Amino acid sequence: MALLEVEAVHAYYGNIHALKGVSLTVDEGEIVTLIGANGAGKSTTLKTISGLLRPRQGHVRLANEDLSAYKPHQIVAKGIVQVPEGRRVFGRLTVMENLEMGAFTRTDGKEIRQAAESVFALFPRLKERQHQVAGTLSGGEQQMLAIGRALMARPRVLLLDEPSMGLAPALVDSIFDTIKQLHATGTTILLVEQNARMALQVADRGYVLQTGEVILSATAENLRSNEMVRKAYLGLT
Amino acid sequence: MEKPRFDWLQPVKIGLVGGAIGVFFALVGMVEAFSIRDIVDGIVSMGQMLMLISMTFTGYMAARRTTQPQHLWVLGSSLLAGLMFGGMVALLLIVGSLVNLRAVFINASPTLYELLAFGRGTQAGALLLLAEGVLVGVAAGLLYLLTGRFRQALVNALGWVVMAGVLQELLRITFGAWGPLAVINQWLFTGKGLSVPGAASLFVLVAGTTYFWSQTGSVLSNRLRRLPPGGQHTLRLVGILLLVLIVLALPQILGLYLSEVLTIVGVFALMGLGLNIVVGLAGMLDLGYVAFFAIGAYTMGALTSPELGFFSLSFWEALPFAVVAGVLAGVILGIPVLKMRGDYLAIVTLGFGEIVRILALSDFLRPWIGGAQGIAKIPKAIVGSIEFISPQQIYYLILVGCLLAGFISWRLKDSRLGRAWMAVREDEDVAAAMGINLVATKLLAFAGGAAFAALSGAIFASKLGSVYPHSFNVMISINVLCLIIVGGMGSITGVIVGAAALVGLPELLREFAEYRFLAYGAALVLMMLVRPAGLMPEATRRRELQEAETVEAEPEPAFGAPASP
Ligand SMILES: Nc1ncnc2c1ncn2[C@@H]1O[C@H](COP(=O)(O)OP(=O)(O)O)[C@@H](O)[C@H]1O
Ligand SMILES: [Mg+2]
Repeated sequence: MALLEVEAVHAYYGNIHALKGVSLTVDEGEIVTLIGANGAGKSTTLKTISGLLRPRQGHVRLANEDLSAYKPHQIVAKGIVQVPEGRRVFGRLTVMENLEMGAFTRTDGKEIRQAAESVFALFPRLKERQHQVAGTLSGGEQQMLAIGRALMARPRVLLLDEPSMGLAPALVDSIFDTIKQLHATGTTILLVEQNARMALQVADRGYVLQTGEVILSATAENLRSNEMVRKAYLGLT
Repeated sequence: MEKPRFDWLQPVKIGLVGGAIGVFFALVGMVEAFSIRDIVDGIVSMGQMLMLISMTFTGYMAARRTTQPQHLWVLGSSLLAGLMFGGMVALLLIVGSLVNLRAVFINASPTLYELLAFGRGTQAGALLLLAEGVLVGVAAGLLYLLTGRFRQALVNALGWVVMAGVLQELLRITFGAWGPLAVINQWLFTGKGLSVPGAASLFVLVAGTTYFWSQTGSVLSNRLRRLPPGGQHTLRLVGILLLVLIVLALPQILGLYLSEVLTIVGVFALMGLGLNIVVGLAGMLDLGYVAFFAIGAYTMGALTSPELGFFSLSFWEALPFAVVAGVLAGVILGIPVLKMRGDYLAIVTLGFGEIVRILALSDFLRPWIGGAQGIAKIPKAIVGSIEFISPQQIYYLILVGCLLAGFISWRLKDSRLGRAWMAVREDEDVAAAMGINLVATKLLAFAGGAAFAALSGAIFASKLGSVYPHSFNVMISINVLCLIIVGGMGSITGVIVGAAALVGLPELLREFAEYRFLAYGAALVLMMLVRPAGLMPEATRRRELQEAETVEAEPEPAFGAPASP
């Protein structure tokens, strides 16, 4: 049974029909990637999952529970946590304060400290800088912080929106290493990427989104060898 | 190697800018208006002081910007800047004698020219102005070259003398009310200003104290810091006790007039504490804040005034209703603007403030709240057998309100709600992604802010005994916003300091009230340049500004890379 299930979702921005019946599933412990060109509707899909955008038709379910009645903050409390596009850290707060914000839905001080410790274990760099103001971190460090902050909520499903965007190639590699590491600890991840090559290397399965529709879905291995994907998304012949 | 050359362009530029400001002061009428009061009797008037201070400031800036450290160059720069300043004003004098500037600048009166020319006619006056520029410029340069401690002492002493001169009437009244202190009056003041020996002794006293303190102050505070924890504890306790005593005795120390000023400061501080929640903590720009103040005041009036005769409740019975009305209004304003941000929010709230004022004025609501006539005969608060009538009594009422609001703000700031506000202020979308309930968070900010404003309004209504629609115009909103900006957004002590500076000072200088907003504007611009985080900045903002200066460029770290040793 799928942990997260998106079923035939239609979403609109005013008159713009952004999602035209998108369906996908993510199983417990899986990394599933959603690839597609700019403007395909990847972020919109994440927004409908996290409740920021209401689907006009279709359903989003977490462990078989329909989420349509819940508000965004309740959905976070249920365990779906999103790392927004573009490294949006709280620039004027310190690293530690950012992490504490991530744990907003939790109240047990001891558990929060433990969560912070495990984030620091994943990103030692953040521990060094815990009292530094987040706005002065480098781009890579800010992305670490954005991910770490989401992890503070102990998500059941982590939604990552283009974590490699705008980072230098060496950093892109290390962020995908981090994603693998998270996978190894059993975190369930829905990874949205334009960088299809890297995404398909870490993912178990993948969906290809084009102008609001899923045009292809398969295991990552099969997508990597798919003719169309190789041409359009991997730049190979 | 090329020999460094004297850079004359920079001081000339600074001098011209300074001179333009001086000419501006003259043409808006400040110099003439301020000349009615002498700082030191028969020696220097407030108007002349204004010119002297701007000249000194200009010379000082020029000295500071000198690229080479040689003393002569520094003095040359400040001299040049002073000369330019004097030249600009002299030019005004000459142009004014040839052309009738009054057609455009109504303040360009013969009296102004006479003042600027030291009463010596155009030519001699112009020469004197140039000489004044040179002298003051050199003096400013010398001031810059002095060691920090001397400079501090001189500037402080001058500042005190000027302040004593500006606030002379007030000081005279205050000292006069204290039998033994009346002696000070005789020494310090003549009928028109500071006496020469008074000014001189005040100068020496302050300069000496500052100089001495800068030497021993740090030693003393170091010694205090090295006290055992128990000792420090008692010391702090004594400090707090002293503060409490002073705050409690303030109206008795300051007398009637100053207590009145204090109550006004308190009314604004209370509003400031409320707006600080909305703007400072939750980051939502509200320009219609006066609406909640009005609603508090009108609720108090409508429920208590026997003139209207609906309820005739007492002050204390009506107070909770006033606060609840404010909270409701906060929520009612909050709901439609939930999705708005920044400038849109500002415009809509501005409109809300106007709607409330126009409703108060309207004939439609006249039977209930009196229309343009307002509501009179609002009763005073009574506790036991004491009725809070005089400002010296009402002070305590407002003090309790401010303490309550300050305490609540302080507790809220570190609470879960306070963190939610902070997140919303920093980035609303991310706040939602953190699981923060935006609707509840924003509405609570509006409601909390409105509650304090309504409380302030209710006390204000009882203090005046009447309410009129025209007391609740948009300038109140702007005033409150300015005071939290100047005090330091989000900072609680900042609100108090800001209220004292922006509401208290102008109340003390009532005869110059027409320049109040000019001074506000200047103060805000100056603040943004010199202390962008406010007088008492909140930790987050202070940090942001410091970090911006000290951030070093570092190579991008790899993800998950172990910490460098
Ligand atoms: N806030 C918005 N208002 C209107 N249209 C939007 C908005 N956000 C996205 N869109 C449109 O919806 C489509 C999908 O956008 P998005 O989900 O952001 O794409 P992706 O994340 O795949 O790059 C695009 O055509 C985009 O222009
Ligand atoms: Mg996107």
